[in-house]
Amino acid sequence: MKRFFDKELENFRSHLVLMGETAVGLVRQATQSLLDGDLSLADQVAAADDELDKLEIKIDEEAVRYMNLRSPVATELRLIIVGMKASHDLERVGDETTNIVRRVGRLTAEPRLKTDTDLDPYSELARMTSIAVEMLRDALECFLQVDADKALAVCKRDVEVDAINKRLYRDMTRLMVERPATVTTALELMFVSKSLERIADHATNIAEEMIYLAKGQDVRHSDETKNPNLA
Amino acid sequence: MDSSPLPPPSAPAASVSVPAGAAASAEAALIDVKGLSFSYGDSSALHGINLKIPERRVTAFIGPSGCGKSTLLRCLNRMNDLIDGARVTAGDIRIRGVDIYQPDVDVIELRKRVGMVFQKSNPFPKSIYENITYGLRLQGVGNKGQLDEVVERSLRGAALWDEVKDRLHTSGLGLSGGQQQRLCIARAIAVEPEIILMDEPCSALDPIATAKVEELIHELKSKFTIVIVTHNMQQAARCSDRTAFFYLGKLIEYAETQTIFMNPSNPQTEAYVSGRFG
Repeated sequence: MKRFFDKELENFRSHLVLMGETAVGLVRQATQSLLDGDLSLADQVAAADDELDKLEIKIDEEAVRYMNLRSPVATELRLIIVGMKASHDLERVGDETTNIVRRVGRLTAEPRLKTDTDLDPYSELARMTSIAVEMLRDALECFLQVDADKALAVCKRDVEVDAINKRLYRDMTRLMVERPATVTTALELMFVSKSLERIADHATNIAEEMIYLAKGQDVRHSDETKNPNLA
Repeated sequence: MDSSPLPPPSAPAASVSVPAGAAASAEAALIDVKGLSFSYGDSSALHGINLKIPERRVTAFIGPSGCGKSTLLRCLNRMNDLIDGARVTAGDIRIRGVDIYQPDVDVIELRKRVGMVFQKSNPFPKSIYENITYGLRLQGVGNKGQLDEVVERSLRGAALWDEVKDRLHTSGLGLSGGQQQRLCIARAIAVEPEIILMDEPCSALDPIATAKVEELIHELKSKFTIVIVTHNMQQAARCSDRTAFFYLGKLIEYAETQTIFMNPSNPQTEAYVSGRFG
């Protein structure tokens, strides 16, 4: 049965989706600004983070109002709860993009790092970005489609990003020991890698929340979400 | 004939085993409704209801008007016997393993063991004291000391003692709506039933009186098995341990209250508890 306050729930959903799209865009642009040394794009990303902060507050306000006035239960209550939690994760994604773009100036001032291994840190960061963005986008689709299976697949991709981050850390550490002149750049790239790894973690959190939305089952910290092939 | 249709409360409560996969939990089932169908004349009101109600728990019946929840409630102490043409057409109801629809069951004794509180408070037009002692006097209890003790215990049990202890001999009709309803609960528990049936006990009460009755229900479940019919979803969520959802005379879903309100398995249940049914 349609209710006169259904529009409020639609607005709530739309705001979360808008927040998700904004966050995905910022992650892409943050890495792009780093790869291209584009300081102007980096500034745009830093400024746009405010949009996510405002949306987070708006979503919280809508959620609290809906819970107080509309007494949601079951799926509807879960939708409100996961919406609030997902918006918090997306806000943190925005913070990580700010951390990334803060390093663009320093990285641009230093010579581009070349390693003597087959690992090119820049293309690895691009690969991490690509996976993290797919994870975020898929997690948000799960919100709209209420699809637990797809959400579980998102969770299982987290280890792919973790593995790249670990490898990049190892290589950068070795490089710093062997060529101390690279310390500044290598450290900055490690911080960027860590931010991208955190973004993938937030995408995983959102996907776990979507499993809770679909099934009412809390899978956090369980073996169910781990990828047995890559863990 | 033994005038008592039911084994005493001290008898083992788990005489009815709960089959695996049954809607009730593994708790001891005090009331066991099996394949119950019920009709008012030609009009069928309940269709093959299976339900096990655990002892010393609050079980809520919810569902839209006309779904059969009050009919089932009234079947539990045979109140429907008083309606012409109303009859059980199939199945049975067992309380502690005894089929309460057997012809040799003493219905008066059954109703003493299975008390009832109605939607509209209905104190007798007598004093508060006489309202409480009415049932006991009918049973032949005349000892004043004993009656005084029951009056105090029942009114304390119904969280009403402090409000009326100085006017026990004034009319029960002079109390507020919420106090009258608690007086009816005190009257029901005075005869020490095992089960208390409540048919929308708060629907005519303001939020403060409702909260008091809900607190009382919570207190009473340590001693009594309570079955409550309510249209107030939040009340069912707050007060009950298990909830049964009925629709068109059928039991649609019966589970822990937490499950019914947080993650029901039937979409009709979800639509109803979300206020989106219809």
